[in-house]
Amino acid sequence: MEFNSRQIELAAQEDTYEAMFERLWTDGLPVVPPTAERVRKMLEGTSRLADEIVVSVPPNLIECTVEKIAINAVMAGCKPEFLPVVISALETICTEEFNMHGVLATTMSVGPIFVVNGPVSRDIGMNSGINVLGHGNRANSTIGRAIQLVIHNVGGGGPGGIDRSTLGHMGKQGFCFSENELSSPWPSLAESRGYSSSQNVVTAFTGEGPRLVMDQKSRTPESLIRTLAEHLISTVSSRVVLGMDAMLVLSPEHAARFHEAGWSRDRFLEEITENMMINTDNIIAGSNGIEEGLPAELKEMSLPKFRPGGLLLAQAGGPAGLFSAIIGGWLNGPAGSEPTSKEILL
Amino acid sequence: MTNTKVLLDPTSESAPSERTLAVRPKTLTGLTVGLLDISKERGDIFLNRLEEKLTDNGMKVLRFTKPTFTKPAPVDLRYEIASKCDAVIEALAD
Repeated sequence: MEFNSRQIELAAQEDTYEAMFERLWTDGLPVVPPTAERVRKMLEGTSRLADEIVVSVPPNLIECTVEKIAINAVMAGCKPEFLPVVISALETICTEEFNMHGVLATTMSVGPIFVVNGPVSRDIGMNSGINVLGHGNRANSTIGRAIQLVIHNVGGGGPGGIDRSTLGHMGKQGFCFSENELSSPWPSLAESRGYSSSQNVVTAFTGEGPRLVMDQKSRTPESLIRTLAEHLISTVSSRVVLGMDAMLVLSPEHAARFHEAGWSRDRFLEEITENMMINTDNIIAGSNGIEEGLPAELKEMSLPKFRPGGLLLAQAGGPAGLFSAIIGGWLNGPAGSEPTSKEILL
Repeated sequence: MTNTKVLLDPTSESAPSERTLAVRPKTLTGLTVGLLDISKERGDIFLNRLEEKLTDNGMKVLRFTKPTFTKPAPVDLRYEIASKCDAVIEALAD
């Protein structure tokens, strides 16, 4: 097949891997050389045509074909069967609603985080178990990486350029995982957003690095939910309410406390919301000697930490360990980034 | 077998595929200068004289030849010159 992309010829003596670093094609780690043969094989992973324009990639708003995405997916180390997830994930973030440009340009330490639901997550071998938010699984590691390489190489968004993050976080190398759907009686994240369990769905969320919540002693849901709420209240800043979302990744052992007591997912969210009502007197600017805080006119109020739907819930993690994880969000609403889901076109 | 020497461009292709020119040296003293003969008649006479002049002025000179003046220098030759020399002079004699 003929490619539309430019072919770059390297000298026989030239180190291919070093040449790709010199051309600034990488995210700081070595990438797989995108040869015609590898890209051809990658394109077999999707039913879409190579020359189909699927997204306009920020920050430079470059129209991007399936072929360009496939090239970057090769470089990230993807297998062909991962490509549909990469393409659909890009479709979720290259939207007005998700606002990838803002996510990239902000000085806050956030990046796009992807949760994959549905049979495809199991078919392509994604990890939803031990070390789910960490390294070691090819699909989890390379799908997120491929998306970031497209933003970097096609969109022109890299650290120090349009990416102005003060601190960044390691998940910006690529942060993608799947939910442990089969062992939970609760609807999945995708189902809570209107999809069926047989649909393959990717959900994008703007978030910081994950933070551990430890509670090894609670044996009742009433106790554990208070622990989770107490930690969630400090997400991003204990003095921020309503303006930023969060994702809670509930581990199997923590989730079992609620499942075994017969709590539904809806009840869990209702009760955790009640436990995250904040007395604004404690977070008014100047209270407790802290200049940061809400304006004085908001005193003597009780406000929820998150807006309705602002706490996303995913269930994942290894079978042992009384820990969960919080992923703090970024500015929500039309001025920021909305969590965005899309069905994956295989 | 995979030919890892030809890669598909992963970028938006809004920048030239060849990298930008190196910074011009302020002086040639002590540097290695490549002399590229493009294989045109009498180019060697010009380059031989240049080599004498440059060597007399304390420069190290390396000589290279393009297979034919009608085509761009092969990528391997360009890489060899770039990796061995600080500057290059190309003779366009006739």
